[in-house]
Amino acid sequence: MAKTHVSTVINGEPVEFLCEPQQTLLDVLRDELNLTGSKEGCSSGDCGACTVICDGNITCSCLMLGAEAEGRSITTVEGIAQGDHLHPVQQKFLEHAALQCGFCTPGFIVAAKALLDENKNPTEEETRYWLAGNLCRCTGYDKIIRAVLDAAAVMRAEAAE
Amino acid sequence: MSYLDKDALKVVGTRPVRPDGVDKVTGRANFGADMIMPGMLWGKIKRSPHAHARIVSINTDNALALPGVRAVITRADFPDVTPDRAFIGAAPANLRDLSRNCMAKGKVLYEGHAVAAVAATSPAVAEQALDLIEVEYEVLPHVMDVEAAMAPDAPVLHDDIFTAGVEPKPTTPSNVSKVVRFAKGDIEAGFGEADVVIERRYTTKPVHQGYIEPHACLVSVAPDGQTTIWSSSQGQFMVRGYTARIVGADIANIRAIPAEIGGGFGGKTIVYLEPLAYMLSKKSGRPVKMVMSREEVFRATGPTSGAVVEVKLGAKKDGRITAAKTVLKYQSGAFPGSPVQQGCICGLASYDLPNAETIGYDVLCNRPKVAAYRAPGAPIGSFAVESCMDELARELDLDPLRLREINAAKDGTKAAHGPTWTNIGYQKTLEAAKASEHLKTRLGPNQGRGIASGFWHNAGGESSAAVHINEDGTVTEGHPDIGGSRASMAMMVAEVLGVPFETVRPVVGDTTAIGFSASTGGSRVTFAGGMAVTQATQKVVEELKRRAAITWDISPDAVEWKDGKAYPAGPNAGSFEPLDLADLANKSARTGGPISAEVQINAQGQGPGFTTHICDVEVDRETGAVKILRYTAIQDVGRAIHPSYVEGQMQGGVTQGIGWALNEEYIYDKDGRLENPGFLDYRVPVASDMPMIETVMVEVPNPRHPFGARGVGEVPIVPPMAAVANAIAAATGVRLRDLPMSPPRLLAALDQAEPMRQAAE
Amino acid sequence: MPNLSFTAPTTVDEAVRMLAGSAGLAKPLSGGTDLLVQLRSGRMRPEAIVDIKRIPGLIGIREEASEYVIGAATPGVMLSAHEGLEHAWPGIVEGADLIGSQQIQGRASLAGNLCNASPAADSVPAMIAAHATCVIAGPTGRRTAPVEAIVTGPGRTSLAKGEFIIEFHVPKPKPHQCDAYLRFIPRTEMDIAVVGCAVNVTLDAQGVCSDARVVLGAVAPTQIVCDEAAKALIGHRLDEPTLAALDAAAGRACNPITDKRGTIEYRIKVAGVLARRAAQIAFERAGAR
Repeated sequence: MAKTHVSTVINGEPVEFLCEPQQTLLDVLRDELNLTGSKEGCSSGDCGACTVICDGNITCSCLMLGAEAEGRSITTVEGIAQGDHLHPVQQKFLEHAALQCGFCTPGFIVAAKALLDENKNPTEEETRYWLAGNLCRCTGYDKIIRAVLDAAAVMRAEAAE
Repeated sequence: MSYLDKDALKVVGTRPVRPDGVDKVTGRANFGADMIMPGMLWGKIKRSPHAHARIVSINTDNALALPGVRAVITRADFPDVTPDRAFIGAAPANLRDLSRNCMAKGKVLYEGHAVAAVAATSPAVAEQALDLIEVEYEVLPHVMDVEAAMAPDAPVLHDDIFTAGVEPKPTTPSNVSKVVRFAKGDIEAGFGEADVVIERRYTTKPVHQGYIEPHACLVSVAPDGQTTIWSSSQGQFMVRGYTARIVGADIANIRAIPAEIGGGFGGKTIVYLEPLAYMLSKKSGRPVKMVMSREEVFRATGPTSGAVVEVKLGAKKDGRITAAKTVLKYQSGAFPGSPVQQGCICGLASYDLPNAETIGYDVLCNRPKVAAYRAPGAPIGSFAVESCMDELARELDLDPLRLREINAAKDGTKAAHGPTWTNIGYQKTLEAAKASEHLKTRLGPNQGRGIASGFWHNAGGESSAAVHINEDGTVTEGHPDIGGSRASMAMMVAEVLGVPFETVRPVVGDTTAIGFSASTGGSRVTFAGGMAVTQATQKVVEELKRRAAITWDISPDAVEWKDGKAYPAGPNAGSFEPLDLADLANKSARTGGPISAEVQINAQGQGPGFTTHICDVEVDRETGAVKILRYTAIQDVGRAIHPSYVEGQMQGGVTQGIGWALNEEYIYDKDGRLENPGFLDYRVPVASDMPMIETVMVEVPNPRHPFGARGVGEVPIVPPMAAVANAIAAATGVRLRDLPMSPPRLLAALDQAEPMRQAAE
Repeated sequence: MPNLSFTAPTTVDEAVRMLAGSAGLAKPLSGGTDLLVQLRSGRMRPEAIVDIKRIPGLIGIREEASEYVIGAATPGVMLSAHEGLEHAWPGIVEGADLIGSQQIQGRASLAGNLCNASPAADSVPAMIAAHATCVIAGPTGRRTAPVEAIVTGPGRTSLAKGEFIIEFHVPKPKPHQCDAYLRFIPRTEMDIAVVGCAVNVTLDAQGVCSDARVVLGAVAPTQIVCDEAAKALIGHRLDEPTLAALDAAAGRACNPITDKRGTIEYRIKVAGVLARRAAQIAFERAGAR
């Protein structure tokens, strides 16, 4: 099986890799590039644990081939914090106890960050629908939603400064 | 020493950031599938397409011949676990059954049962090799549901299982592996006294724990037998012991390292992959990684039982229950061991019943072996009893909360299954419900409110903990439980030592780093682990006082420990500057060496958990859709060590319960094949399905725990099914007695009731 | 998948050559949200995957004098973000928007949703109701077909080997014409439609329906254009008898199955309910124009 050579940008860094045609972006991230922050929960786009941002849109990396990443710009959970400075969504997840087992957390962090990039002041309902593609079995979503809404408030306040 | 005085606490009861939090929001945390080893192979499992069949032959030649394939295993590679070796320590699993669940012996007993496994250089090659394994089956008749499996002409799964718990001992094999019975008083006389007797039948479907992390492990077996297992589970000692017994290895040769666990809820209290990866690694000489697909998780790991439950309640006109009888029939799947006994106990445990009888049947069928799921067995029995209580309240024209108050178990009540309650908080949860703002709000058209209560025993058991004072005065605390307990453990250490929470670093130790501990289950960790951690810290405090005494050359009795420092205990002890952890640790070489303590206990005295929930729903009468409008969970939590995570347990349990109530179910075709092995059609609640979940923590401290803690994680899943059913009944006048209460089912019931409704109007 | 190949051509002709030239099954890849699931589960074993997203024009929406032209691989997020299309055909946009999660919306395309050939595809009924057509490229050149001519049964299409859809043409609405799409799912998100219904109506100046199209999804092997339901609307305002006639006609048109997502009885009943509710929205929207 011939491998495809792919040049892409991941978390701001140029990256090259070889992948087999059937390998998903998630396979490549986890097994070829050792970026194991993106999790595999279902391989069918139903759980959102593998969520990444591809050219500005969130996508399930299990539903994208590695070969499709050619020329794209990908952000994974490993690229959300700036150095040792956590993103407000990450900080608020900690403060609100919005994680228990933590397995779904990377997907939620990436999806929530993308929401707040697009919508500075989402309602609870908008937040719940935006995150409906991210399953969490531990928290009942309550504290996750509160954390995201609080992070939005913090980001608005920071932007106003 | 106890720490029951809440006002004196500085750390316990606050809400610090969890110690493993940053790792988990940045993607650093390593879960079961995240580890790699040099030269690692990938293992995959060949599974049965049949619900029940005899394995005639397995041919692995073609698979072995495929380039990249390094090992193929079948049942022939595993030793037989003889009945005398079926149990290890105090662990509950029958390892003879578990061995045959991990790899089928002679017969496959459910669709998805493992029959062979391969290890290859890539997942794609391993997958390809599976197709090359030829298995010849002789398909046998299968049986899926309890009542069909109990019928005299039912296909029998095991010809060596005879019903236990009945006299005389049966002589023919049966799918009923066990009958349990508890009774109190005179049940017939009790029904005789009653003014009203109602009898109802309820059914539930199997539901899966639905942890988002599929099972995963990485196992390396060296030629001398030295073995490392990296896996996510609810107990690394369980993984070590169970795997050792199933593969026939010595425990001393196995080091089990706990990965972060991506949810378990009881489903990761047994092994599925580790023994297979062990055999593949042993055979190939290479480390082997195995990760289940979501489909495999659904087809081959434990859901909880589907069941039939019959409830009969008798009461006086004033609401006093005179007799209660329940009959529970639970699916155990392919091997014995449904949680029917807990279902029997928990359904009736909330009430003071003069006469009661409960009978449970553990029933084999051609489905995956059930596994523990959050308060195993209790939600099923309680769905039936708490629904029936609501029906009784209607019959008596009593408020359902009032009916529960009249019959509530309290201190001194003797439960139907034996114990006499002390320090229980059930009545307090009812009082809090009554006082809640939620109960006072008005409802609109097609809206209804339901309440339901729940009970779970909680557990204690074997736990170890170690506390080390580091050279710079920071603290490393080790305990062997799964990740979520780090915060509460470190908080208890910090409280006892009188130091800031941030200076205590909790570590989840592997099986070589810390003493034995039972698995995380039964809501036991904060109770039993917390007790061990507290005792270990207290030992360290005694040692710190002794070291200060040596430094000052006074008697240890003359040293007092306060706010993280040693002080002379009063003017007679002498005048010395206080010594903190850093001072004492820095000088420890001169006072006797490193300062540490480890404690092993078998914790007893866990406090039971009681809870009451209030649920508001709105029903779309034209589609049968149910919307959860508002939900309040009120629970006796003993003492909330980290209140945010107690609330989180309550909210998570409620949400799983709502999924169970409304949409979650296993759907099989006529051949016994699962039709919905994925999150698309196995419908767990998503964020937009849920409202915020209000929590009320009632604190009735458990006097047998140093901080008053009682288990909190499981009981929240017990009431939601009945709370939702009762709310739907209130909204529509239609009673649903079969789970899930999915839109097609509710709409059919509404349509059936419509002529009666019109006639009544 | 021992012999799977992946290519990403940049012209339609190249893509046709690759699809037509493959000895085994060749699949065009747009969003991949169905294809990759089928690939992973082994239900589909293609020999060639041809990514069509790098072909100019395959992603994007073009407004022309009398129609909108939508590239076959245009993802849901771009449809929702297109104010002109959203205003012209809110029903088409809401149908596409209902497919999967926000993550799926970043990838899932109209052509993929159509060619996956599920009777439950959410974006299809409103496209049919709006008389949308598609342009198909293939070894023998290009042809145009109405959207309803593509799906012939569950998982089956009328596309020949080497053919793939390159764009959709959606005529602009007439005065007082508008649409709506509703579906029923057990949860609030993330499910496949148990029943879907698009209603597209044109009203006269008095608010009486002069033209209508009602299309049902998930109640038969393919989407169905329900002429009887349209007749129930034409010549009427949306009063109780009209709604009742619409409900009954929609129910009669159903030929559903009982499966893991719903029963025959349930689908028939809910088809009528959704037809009524979608008609109410469509009438309101058309009347407001």
